[in-house]
Amino acid sequence: MYAQMVDTGLAKVEDLDALPPAERAFPARIDADVKIEPQDDMPEAYRRTLVRQIQQHAHSEIVGMLPEGNWVTRAPSLKRKAILMAKIQDEAGHGLYLYSAAETLGVSRDAMTGDLLAGKVKYSSIFNYPTLTWADIGAIGWLVDGAAIMNQIPLCRCSYGPYARAMIRICKEESFHQRQGFDIMMAMCAGTPAQKAMAQDALDRWWWPSVMMFGPSDAQSVHSAQSARWKIKLLSNDELRQRFVDQTVPQAEYLGLRIPDADLAWNPERGHYDFGAIDWDEFYAVIKGHGPCNRERIEVRRKAWDDGAWVREAALAHAAKRAARTDDAAEAA
Amino acid sequence: MSTDTATPPRAEWPLWEIFIRSQHGLAHKHVGSLHAADAAMAVKNARDVYTRRNEGVSIWVVRAADIHASAPGDKAALFDPANDKVYRHPTFFPMPDEVKHL
Repeated sequence: MYAQMVDTGLAKVEDLDALPPAERAFPARIDADVKIEPQDDMPEAYRRTLVRQIQQHAHSEIVGMLPEGNWVTRAPSLKRKAILMAKIQDEAGHGLYLYSAAETLGVSRDAMTGDLLAGKVKYSSIFNYPTLTWADIGAIGWLVDGAAIMNQIPLCRCSYGPYARAMIRICKEESFHQRQGFDIMMAMCAGTPAQKAMAQDALDRWWWPSVMMFGPSDAQSVHSAQSARWKIKLLSNDELRQRFVDQTVPQAEYLGLRIPDADLAWNPERGHYDFGAIDWDEFYAVIKGHGPCNRERIEVRRKAWDDGAWVREAALAHAAKRAARTDDAAEAA
Repeated sequence: MSTDTATPPRAEWPLWEIFIRSQHGLAHKHVGSLHAADAAMAVKNARDVYTRRNEGVSIWVVRAADIHASAPGDKAALFDPANDKVYRHPTFFPMPDEVKHL
């Protein structure tokens, strides 16, 4: 998902009974669905894990602007261009809501940016794929934002107050993103054969990366089990992936597009779609930095950060000068 | 004078807490925070970050460093005066069913 394979730093799931009495209050609050707020006592591992998770999520929103930004100047109409710009602006907003949630845990914004630019903290694997045609903008909204909603709606109920509140805000806006994507796909599928072929090509390229985006099965993962215990991960990767497939297959059928999976079939016994094996080698290669666009994405972020340095400094200097003038005027009065 | 030419780490723009009044008649409500060099920039950034869909008719920005909060650890003692005064709630007084408009 937007935060993939988040490490809790723990070797095994905490056993409530084995905890010293002083440390039992926190899990008891979590069990009672009491929200944890910034100034509350919390175990260091909970705080650190949340910083990692929220930070990865925020970086994903910010880096996620890049594949879409690729098509702003080439959008097929002024209306599509204005809508795409509004969507990209939302992604920036989502990143900022999340950075501000992470900052309540005592990590600075510059430290988080530094970690991203130094490659110490990841962002979602999905944003390392290129947007080759306009149909990719449709496929991203439909599939990638659709997958994101699947993951983010449960997180609105997560145990950390500022993170839950950021998620509520994001979910309200995300549905616009998914619909604008589906709207692009509908227009292309109702267009010329060449346009429909372009939509199919986009689905062919984005389907598996979207399915992978939920991350490998975490049924056996200590980190996922502990995060579930802390209620900062509400559903397993496999559950979310299944929901995503079940929801998306009928939408593809409506569009008249074929999902690129020969093993995809409705399973009446399970009441779910069965789907083919996922190429996890590709997933691990992409998160280790060997995807088609990893290098380019970070280079663009570094350049933006470096090129903006003088603006950040000038704004501070200007604010200091104006504050000094106001002080002088107050003294003179 | 120091001969050290290394530039010191750049200061971050200060953090501001943002409060939005959603419509006339309601109070300002905390919505999140953001960084800005000064108050004017904080208001502009708050407009772009927190009111892209007509969420507000008014914005307050307050330097995060200027907010003083009650300590979570003192919660029990701080709110104690309210806990033993159940008679402040109207439901404390049982009323006969046949008496209306009370």
